[in-house]
Order: sequence, then C-alpha cells, then structure tokens
Amino acid sequence: MRKPKTVIEKIWERHIVKEEAGKPDLLYIDLHLVHEVTSPQAFEGLRINNRKVRRPDLTFATMDHNVPTIHRNIIKDQVSKTQMETLKKNCEEFNIPLADIHHPDQGIVHVIGPELGLTQPGKTIVCGDSHTSTHGAFGALAFGIGTSEVEHVLATQTIWQQKPKTLNVKVNGTLGTGVTAKDLILAIIAKFGVKFGTGYVIEYTGEAIRNLSMEGRMTICNMSIEAGARAGLISPDNTTVEFLRGKRHVPQGEAFDKIAEDWLSLATDEGATYDAQVEIDADEIEPQVTWGTNPGMCLPVSANVPTPADGDNENESTEIAHALDYMGLNGGEAITSIEIEHVFIGSCTNSRLADLRKAASIIKGNKVKDGVRAIVVPGSFTVKRQAEEEGIDIIFKEAGFEWRDAGCSMCLAMNDDVVPEGERCASTSNRNFEGRQGTGARTHLVSPEMAAAAAIHGHFVDVRNLEVVTPS
Amino acid sequence: MEPIRKHTGIVYPMNRANVDTDQIIPKQFLKRISRQGFGEFVFYNWRYDSKGELREDFPMNQPKYEGTSILVAGENFGCGSSREHAPWALLDYGFRVIIAPSYADIFYNNCTKNGILPVQLSEKQIQELMERAEAENYELTVDLESKRIFDNQGFEASFDLDEYKRQMLLNGWDDISITLGYEEDITKYEEQRS
Repeated sequence: MRKPKTVIEKIWERHIVKEEAGKPDLLYIDLHLVHEVTSPQAFEGLRINNRKVRRPDLTFATMDHNVPTIHRNIIKDQVSKTQMETLKKNCEEFNIPLADIHHPDQGIVHVIGPELGLTQPGKTIVCGDSHTSTHGAFGALAFGIGTSEVEHVLATQTIWQQKPKTLNVKVNGTLGTGVTAKDLILAIIAKFGVKFGTGYVIEYTGEAIRNLSMEGRMTICNMSIEAGARAGLISPDNTTVEFLRGKRHVPQGEAFDKIAEDWLSLATDEGATYDAQVEIDADEIEPQVTWGTNPGMCLPVSANVPTPADGDNENESTEIAHALDYMGLNGGEAITSIEIEHVFIGSCTNSRLADLRKAASIIKGNKVKDGVRAIVVPGSFTVKRQAEEEGIDIIFKEAGFEWRDAGCSMCLAMNDDVVPEGERCASTSNRNFEGRQGTGARTHLVSPEMAAAAAIHGHFVDVRNLEVVTPS
Repeated sequence: MEPIRKHTGIVYPMNRANVDTDQIIPKQFLKRISRQGFGEFVFYNWRYDSKGELREDFPMNQPKYEGTSILVAGENFGCGSSREHAPWALLDYGFRVIIAPSYADIFYNNCTKNGILPVQLSEKQIQELMERAEAENYELTVDLESKRIFDNQGFEASFDLDEYKRQMLLNGWDDISITLGYEEDITKYEEQRS
C-alpha cells in the first residue's frame, strides 16, 4: 500500500527539479509575485550580470506597499514615486505583467493573487513578502523570500530549499458567534507563541478549519509567519474549488472539472503523519485583542492587561514591562477600558469583501465616536468595486469612516497613512511591532468586527454583546 | 558576497528576545532602490530620538561599542517581515556575525545570502557572552572553518551550520551561477510538465 502523505509532501515531490545528497532540493516555482519594495535590487542584479527573467509568464507584479490610498495622481514622496516608476520600467524591460497603480486589478499582492485565480492548489508560490503564506489557504505551498532569492527565482524559476518539517495545527469544535478566523489565529499564536512554527510548514486541520470560508482561511494562513512558520496551508476541498471556479486565470468548463479533481487529490491522506502536532479547541475562543508589541501578546477581550509580575520568569517579566511601557498601558486594566484614537480596517489579513461586509454589519446605523479617525482600505480595486456595488461604502461613509483606494496602507505605514506618535490604533492588520504603524504608534490587532465596534465606542468592546444588523 | 572564514571583533550585546525586522530597519528606509547605505538607519527607532539625534543612553551609541562587528541577541532574532534590507543594514553598519539562541527562518536565510554568519548557541552560552560584553570591551573570534567560537579568557563553544550554507559563506559564492549550472535539469523539468 502507498504510504499516506500530507499535502505538503505531495506538493514538494511534484516540484523537485534536482535532489542530491548533502544539498537542499532544487524546487521549481509555479508563481512568482513581485511588488515594488523588495524587487528593485533584484532586477538591478539581473542587469549587472546580464541575466534574463526565465519565465515572465509565471511572474506577476503589482504596486501595493507604497501606493497612496487617496489622491492617486499626486505622489508627494519622490522616493516612493521613484520606487514605483522603477517597478514599471523593470516590468517593461523584462516583459512581466504588471497591475500598476491605476490598473483595475491593482491591489495588495496577497489579495489579487487569489482574486484573479493565479493562486491555485498544488502550486509553489513565492514573493518577496513574508505574508505570502496567505496563498496556503488554497493548498498551495507559498512562502516569503528575501530579495536575493527574488533575483534567484527571476533568473532560474527555482529555489534551493531544505525539505521542511511538518506541523499539524488541529482546530477542534466550532467557533462561536462573533468569533472569527482572526480571533482563532491570534488565539493560536497567543497559546503556542511567536516562534512555535519556526522551521516548520504548518497544515491547519480540524472541523473549525473545514468550516471556514476561503477568506477566513486566508486570514489564518496569512499569519502563519507571525507564529514563525514560513508557510501555512490548508488541504484543498470543495470550498477551495468553488471559490476558484470561473476566476480569470483558472481553466474554464470541463478543463476546470478535470483540474479540480487533481486539486482535491492533493489533500492530506488519512493516516499521514506530521513531525509535530498541537491542538486547540475553537469553542473556547473569545474575540481577541493584542495588548503588547508582538502578536503573541494577546488576550481575550474579557481579560485584563498583564502586569510584569505575571511573567513566568525574569526575562518574560522584563518583556512585559517593556511592552507595557511602549504601549502606554499600566498593566492590570481591563482590555475593554483601553481607548483608541484610530481604526484601520484593511491589510492582506482582513481587507477582502467578506471582511468589509462583516465590519459593515456592525457599523450600520452607527456613528464613529467623536475623536476617533477611522479608515477602510479595501484590499484591491476589485474588492472596492464589489463593495460599492453592494452599498457597503455608503454604510462606512455615513458612519464617518474614510473610504480609500487599495493598498497596504496603515498596516506598515509606508505611504501617508500613519498613526502619530503615542496614539493608539485598533487595526485588522497582522503586526503590532513597535513603530509598525508609525514611529511611537501603538497597535492593537483585532478582527474587522472588533475594529468596527471599537470605532463606534472609542474603546474595545466584546462584539458578542452588540446587536448586529445585516446590511441589505 | 564577501567570504567569511575567520572573524575577530568587538561584541555588542542586545539583550532582547523577538527583535523584529521592523526594529532592525524601519519601513521609512525601504524606499531606496540600491543595496547600499542602510547602515546608518539600523535600529533607527532605538538609536535616534524623535528629533533624529543619536540617543546617548542607547548602549550601541556608546564609544565602548564603536567598531562592533559581532551582534549577540535573544531568541527569535529577525522575526517578521522578509525585508532583506535588515541584513543589508546590519552588514553596512559593520556586523559580520550574529549570535542568538534562535532565528526567524527568512531572516536567517537572508543573512547567509549576504555574507553574514548567523551562529546559534544555547541560552546559557548567550547569557555568558551578554554578561561579558556588557561588562567590558569584549572581543570574540568566530572560526567558520572549524565551527568554533572562542575568546582569550577561556570561553569556547562549537556551533553547527548546514554544510551547503557553510560552503556558500566560506567561499562567498553567488548561488545563481551555481543554479544556472543546472539549466538542463530545469529545462527537462519544464518539458516533462507541459
């Protein structure tokens, strides 16, 4: 009998170009996504060495990190402008398809890949961006790489990789009402730590994962890197297939059914084993809020912020003290008493149509609290158009939200969307690192629903206690 | 990249865990299109105050650590963003060796592509190095050929590194040229799949 295999092993075996003892495997890359920030030095390297892009047809570029989300035609920052112009020139020179700042497909690279159907089960996908793990939601092996590797993939369409260890994160039970994929992944990281996935590729399994929409699965896989894992994926199933049906870059008609059959065959076999496994119960998870300066510093909304005395050892106590100091928190106060000045709904974690719909369901009929500045940044122009067709933009705008154009925006504040020093933001993004949203800015990571509720109340509230209106 | 075989230098102790790449090089410096010149911005938000002046109370700015080239840090060093600007900034500042109990995968890999040697030692060994480097102007030698670290006061440790990465670092190889040597294999793979 054939040995049962995980989806990770199956994809790996399909992509080995060369296997030699004492060396990493040479792995073929099916899709290389490129953006403006981590690519210029790679293209420059190609030019210096007189090398070509081996497969421009397997490469796709967009502009997302730097782009303004308002007044698109005026880019005040000349250095940003140069970086975007450089990508345009590079794509022209090397014949790479590009969704530039004015293109109708433009958006965050990890939102548009799936949206266009470029992301598919069984593919190996890389990008010079750590949140490439997002594409794992489709049962693709997708991971972030540095600029040297971007250059390597451009030149050779391959990458040297040590076969990773596998880690099964099994999520039993079902998520309660008002508890989202974002809360689940934050709870996983809070429970097992910010480096439990280092050296592994995670596969998320279990009932709660199967019940998630593709948007929810993307949110989960997106934050695998926040647990230390370069890649996190979910075995393809019917939810995956139905999401991709009809997308622009997948085969159509009968050819689709044929390829879908192959995709489904990639799912982890029953009886396959992993190098490690952890389990968590979805029923016990509450909406989550990060209080500190890494995504593992996270608690249920009903909890109190820790004090240094809560540390298990001296190092941990120092870390808590340091984080409280940066975050301007005393320790011991209720999470629900933390007041915020900014709300950001967006990023490759939570800027898809499903996320905006959920946030809108909380916002509808309410107003953003006085003194709070709230912005919504759709993940792509397509998301923006679809949301406007549904009237979601009106709900946000009437409540006092700013309705922006697509980009990474306030997740990393490379454009003008910055949280000022010492101010506090409820953010649907993925990193609460010091200075991430601006020098001295204080970030609390939450779900879109929790961010919306915080916008209305001016402080964190448990969304499960709110009356939800479904937008019509 | 520049080969690294045996390196002796002054140790800078950074006694913090989970130092992320946003700390190593904040995003406002990622807009440049060259690999050079990032060194002055390394650990920017810790080294400079809000007016852009060097903070004298931040240890790295003190004369004691001038010319440092070996960074000793806490666990999970380099977590977060894949930005290779982080190793570029460290290298440009003068760091050739990093010593930590553990690293984030992408950062670790990025170091080895740029001639920075990331060494992994135990928490206990790291603590010992931290204490020495905090107390005095402390010099350490790292020998990649014998995979050993030692000082002239009796500290000695051995470390492990993937053999392929070790050869790349020892020789300063550009792995694209190596891979292009496999072009026939790549073409064959592409033909089989189409």
